[in-house]
Amino acid sequence: MTGAGAGPTAPGRGPAGGGSLRLWLALLAAVALLTFATSGIGPFGISYESILRVWLSPFFQGAASGVGDSERYIVVHIRLARACLALMAGASLGLAGAVYQGVLLNPLADPFTLGISAGGALGASLAILFGWGGMHFAGMSGLPVAAFAGSMGALYLVYMLGRVDGKVHSTTLVLAGIMVSTFLSAWISLLKSLHEDSVSTIVFWIMGSLSGKGWLHALLIAPYLLAGSATILAYARELDCMSLGEVQAMQLGVDVPRIRLTLLVAASLITAAAVAVSGVIGFIGLVVPHIVRLCIGPGHRRLLPLSLLLGGVLLLISDTLARSILPGGQELPVGVLTAILGGPFFCHLLLRRKKNIQL
Amino acid sequence: MPSAIAPQEEHPALIRVRDLHCGYPGRPVLQSISFDVGPGELVGVLGPNGSGKTTLVLALSGVIPIERGSIDVMGAPIDSQKAKERARRMAVVSQEADVKFPFSCEEVVRMGRYPHRGRWRGNAFRDEERVNWAMDAMDARPLAERLITAVSGGERQRVMMARALAQETPILLLDESTSAMDIHRKLEVFRTLDALSREKGLTVLTVLHDLNLAALFCRRILLLRDGRVAADGPPERVFTREILEDVYRSKVLVREIEEIGRRQVVFLP
Repeated sequence: MTGAGAGPTAPGRGPAGGGSLRLWLALLAAVALLTFATSGIGPFGISYESILRVWLSPFFQGAASGVGDSERYIVVHIRLARACLALMAGASLGLAGAVYQGVLLNPLADPFTLGISAGGALGASLAILFGWGGMHFAGMSGLPVAAFAGSMGALYLVYMLGRVDGKVHSTTLVLAGIMVSTFLSAWISLLKSLHEDSVSTIVFWIMGSLSGKGWLHALLIAPYLLAGSATILAYARELDCMSLGEVQAMQLGVDVPRIRLTLLVAASLITAAAVAVSGVIGFIGLVVPHIVRLCIGPGHRRLLPLSLLLGGVLLLISDTLARSILPGGQELPVGVLTAILGGPFFCHLLLRRKKNIQL
Repeated sequence: MPSAIAPQEEHPALIRVRDLHCGYPGRPVLQSISFDVGPGELVGVLGPNGSGKTTLVLALSGVIPIERGSIDVMGAPIDSQKAKERARRMAVVSQEADVKFPFSCEEVVRMGRYPHRGRWRGNAFRDEERVNWAMDAMDARPLAERLITAVSGGERQRVMMARALAQETPILLLDESTSAMDIHRKLEVFRTLDALSREKGLTVLTVLHDLNLAALFCRRILLLRDGRVAADGPPERVFTREILEDVYRSKVLVREIEEIGRRQVVFLP
């Protein structure tokens, strides 16, 4: 991301890390531009000029004067809302993936492969089944809370199953995750089949979709994402030290048990928030940290914020494709798309055993 | 069991171990270990496999809990110290050495500054100075840009040693930290450690397998057998035929090399 001339040894890393303010502003501008570009895509044709006018109307009075009400509604309450939601959900998954990989020292770990997403989906669908999905608890919905409980349950289960003789083994952990994920998905299917025969909602939870979501959902997950990612970003240095292994990290002065727990809880919280509004979207959390690591190296002070950003961008692109790729105008669940794109990547990681990513 | 003789009574002990029992669930390892280490000592911890050398390092660094007895480091019990506070007093190079992500060697050395930093800022200038010094002391400068996942075992040990020196602690604990190095590298590292302990008062406690390397550099040997202290003292008192044959259970020749004034040990076939 910074200078490209650092050679093949340590690709493009400045001495102190951190990254310059200008770089971050440029990246944020790129995200805004991408959001703008995707806002023009959809079954209802809206010109980019109208979109720009609507976007500028809060700052310049009368900028949107020539734009019709329905167009204005679509731009703000459908396309922009959905883009923001995609950015936030993707950011959650990308960041959570980076944390799981860093804490568990496992390149295959992500919210999906560890079964955290499935746990969250089961929690959320139970909440809906029992009617806790509305807005109560002082203006907060019970949905993310239930999803969080489900995620933590799944995490606990996977961690217990993945441990052999008190040691967590990478491949065992992922096997346990896939097993728990399948098991919990089956329960979601069963619950939904028993409760209502709407197959589409089952597909929503298991394959993930942002269809029909708006500002309400974006507001719902924003506080969780903010709190979770602020916690995670504060522990970048500790995550670096933890790459040396548990014992060495402790000897370096990292309070490993406490920080590991904090990070896992925070990552599961943001995963659960994403799952509560989008269902299970796989592979974003797996792919994103690897791409970022290839570009700027493994230092978490840059890896974490960039995973957050790239996760959002990747899900925004995937979601735009998912809602526009079919010629008939129907939507594809975005989870289908990420799985089709991410599955081969997962196999690639599994088969490669490259020197610098050890299993 | 002869109780260890505190060797440097005039100094206050930096490390003070009393009647230490510890180990792993269902497997006690150390049994009633007692010794003191004063400032500027260079102590070699030796003993056959399974005698408890690594366990001692893990206990001293607070990684595994103490079952009975006590370890005081710089006057405070080890288990009452916060991890960061402990890491400002004692740097450790453990055997567990594989790094999972492709950090550059310089980034790994820089991690040694972790205990000196607050959450958001630290003394960047001091960090830089100390990291550079540590890299030079271990001759790790040529490795700076290489990836820790791609260097050889001996090179990685050099980087880990530099990381520990960057930690800027009065105590250094090493567990077989030179085992994969070439002989000339080993000698260089030990010369550096010897100089640091004599001139800067650095206290070094190092686990070793190589008796002759220990005899060249360590001014005190702590010989362990079956989780107990079998002998504790300067090499000329510990490296005797009787003690070594008893601990290692094989025939040895011990020779005084007059040119260097040190003992060397040969195990007989």
